Amino acid sequence: MTVEPAPGLVQPDPAGAPTGARPPVVELVDVVKTYASEPAVHALRGVSLAVAEGELVAILGPSGSGKTTLLHVMGTLDRPSTGAVRITGLDVARLSDRELAALRATRIGFVFQQFFLAEHASVLENVADGLLYAGVAVRERRDRAAEALQAVGLSHRAGFRPTHLSGGERQRVAIARALVGQPQLVLADEPTGNLDRATGLAILELLETLHGEGATIVVITHEGAIADRLPRQIEMVDGQIVADIRRHAAGRR
Amino acid sequence: MTLAITLAPGRLRPGDLARVASAGLRTRRLRAALSSLGIAIGVAAVVAVLGLSASSQAGLLAEIDRLGTNLLTVTNGQSFFGQTAELPTAAPGMISRIGPVTRVAATGATSASVYRSPLIPSVQTGGLSVDAASLELLAAVGTTVAEGRFLNAATQREAVCVLGAVAAQTLGIDRIVPGERVWLGNQWFYVAGILRSAVLTPEIDTEVLVGFPAAATYLGFDGHPSTVYVRTRTDEVTAVDGVLAATANPEAPNQVDVSQPSSALSARAEAQSALNGLFLGLGAVALLVGAVGVANIMVISVLERRSEIGLRRALGATRGHIRIQFLAEAVLLAGIGGVVGIAAGALATAVYATTKHWAVVVPPLAWGGGFAAALVIGAVSGLLPALRAARLSPTDALRTV
Repeated sequence: MTVEPAPGLVQPDPAGAPTGARPPVVELVDVVKTYASEPAVHALRGVSLAVAEGELVAILGPSGSGKTTLLHVMGTLDRPSTGAVRITGLDVARLSDRELAALRATRIGFVFQQFFLAEHASVLENVADGLLYAGVAVRERRDRAAEALQAVGLSHRAGFRPTHLSGGERQRVAIARALVGQPQLVLADEPTGNLDRATGLAILELLETLHGEGATIVVITHEGAIADRLPRQIEMVDGQIVADIRRHAAGRR
Repeated sequence: MTLAITLAPGRLRPGDLARVASAGLRTRRLRAALSSLGIAIGVAAVVAVLGLSASSQAGLLAEIDRLGTNLLTVTNGQSFFGQTAELPTAAPGMISRIGPVTRVAATGATSASVYRSPLIPSVQTGGLSVDAASLELLAAVGTTVAEGRFLNAATQREAVCVLGAVAAQTLGIDRIVPGERVWLGNQWFYVAGILRSAVLTPEIDTEVLVGFPAAATYLGFDGHPSTVYVRTRTDEVTAVDGVLAATANPEAPNQVDVSQPSSALSARAEAQSALNGLFLGLGAVALLVGAVGVANIMVISVLERRSEIGLRRALGATRGHIRIQFLAEAVLLAGIGGVVGIAAGALATAVYATTKHWAVVVPPLAWGGGFAAALVIGAVSGLLPALRAARLSPTDALRTV
C-alpha cells in the first residue's frame, strides 16, 4: 500500500516533538464498546483514562466487567464503538488496519494468560518472533531476543522447547517476547492467572523490575491482592471505571 | 515542519515466510504427510504414464535405429482375379542386380504343416507355417539365432529345420538338444536352431524354416518365393522402392506388394496407447482428491490455530501476513506431495524401462507439469482457508474456546 499524505495516515510523532509535555502512552476518551448481539452487550460504557509513560497500572475487576475488552481496545485489537483512543498520540480511528498492525508490531507488547508460545520452536525463536512483523532482520531479532531473555533471567533456557519449561518460565518467555521490541506500552492480560501463587508473585516482581527499568505496563487482573501491590489501580465494574487510585511508588499507605 | 511518521507494516522476508509456513507442517508431520499423499499419488501417476510412454517410444526408436530403415520387403500380391499371385523364381536374382541393393534373401511358403509329433491332430497347426528360406535370411532381416545354428549349405538340402521365436514356443521347444525333431510334412525333421524374435519382420517368428532344396525334395515345393527381403543403401531406399515391383515381376508389376517394415514400427512409436488416457485420467482424479484433502486439512488447521492467528495479529501481523502464511503452507504441502510424486513416478519409470532395456526418459513436461500442477492445486485449495484465516478478527481469534 502506498501511503498518501492524507491527514489520517500521517500524523505528528509525539516522540519526536520538541516540547517537554509528552502525550500519554495511551489515552481513552469516553470510549463505548457495544457488541451488536441479541441482546446487545455493553462491554464498555464511557471509559476515559490516560496512562503516562513509565506507569505500572493494574486494571481490576470481576469477570464480565469489560476489562478484557478494555485491553483489546487499548491494544488496538478492537476499535471502540464511539469515543477516541490515542496510542502515543496517534488517533486509532484515523489509522487503517494495516497501520494498526504496524503500530502493534512496533509500539505495543502483549502478555496473555495462556502464554501462546509456539511449541515447535525454541525459547529464543519464540522471543525473536516478537519482532517478526516489525521488519527487523533475522540476526538482529535473535540478538535482541537473547538480550530480552537475559532481562527476564532465562538465558540458560534459550535452546529449550517451551514444553520443557515450567509455567512460570513460560510466562517469562512470553514477557520477554512482549518486551523484545521495546514497545512504549506492555499490556498483560491476567499474566498470573494460570500460575500458582508463588510463581505468580515472581512474575509480578519481574514486571515491577521491568517497570523500574522504564517500561510502561498495564496489568489486567481480577485478583485484588495483585492490584494492591501496584502503584496505580483502576477498578472496573459493569463496563465503567469506579475507582482510580494512585499510591506513592515508594511504599504502601 | 513537524516530524511526520508513517506506519508501514514490515514485509515478511522469504526465509521468514518459509519458516512460518512450515511451522504447521512441522508440528503435525503425520497429518501433513497423509494430506499430501493424494497429490503425491496423482503426480506419480501422471509422471509414470508420461515417462513410460516416452521411454517405450525411445526404446522402439532405438530398436528401429538398430535394425535399420533400409529393409524393403517384396511379397506376392493378388492377381487380377483375386488369386494369390506368384513371384517368378528368378525374382531374388533379378533384384540383387539393382545397383544400391546390398543383400537379398527370400522365403517361400510351402503347403506343409508342422507338429510336435505325429500324434497331434492335423487341424492343430498352431498357426505355424513352413517356409523355404535362403541362407542370407538372417542377415537381411536383422535377427540372429538364439539357440543352435541356422541352415547352412549342407543342412539346407536335408530334413533339417530352424524355428522362429513364436514357432519354438508353440511347439514347446526352448533349447536344442541333439536329436530334437518335429513332425513336418509327414516326416521327421531335425531342429537345428531357434531364432530370436525378428522385430522388423514378425511374420518370420511364426515360421518354421527349411532350405529351398530340402523343401523341393521333401515337401513338393515349387520354388516360387513368396517374400523377398531386400537391404539397400540407406540413401537409395526410395529409388529402389520405385523399381522393385517391376524388377521382381516384369510381366505383372501390379501383382507385387512392396513395403518398408520400419515405417510400420515408426507409426507404432508415434501411436499413443488408449491406456495412457485412462491412467492420465486416474492421475487427474487423484490430484483432485488430493486438492480436496489439502483444502480440508487447511480449513481444520485454521480452526485449530485460532489462538496462533490471534497472537500473530497481536504481534503486528496484518491480514495479508496471515493470508500469505496459510496460502504458503498449502502450497508447501502440495509442493512436497508433488516432489514425492515425481520421485515415485520417475522411479517407477526407471524400474520398468530398465527391465525392458529401454532408455529411461522422463520428459520435462511430465515432471515440470506435475510439479506446477501440484503448486497450482496447493494455491487453489489453500486460498479459501487462507482468506478465512485472514478474515478472523484478532479478538475473536484470541477468545479462548
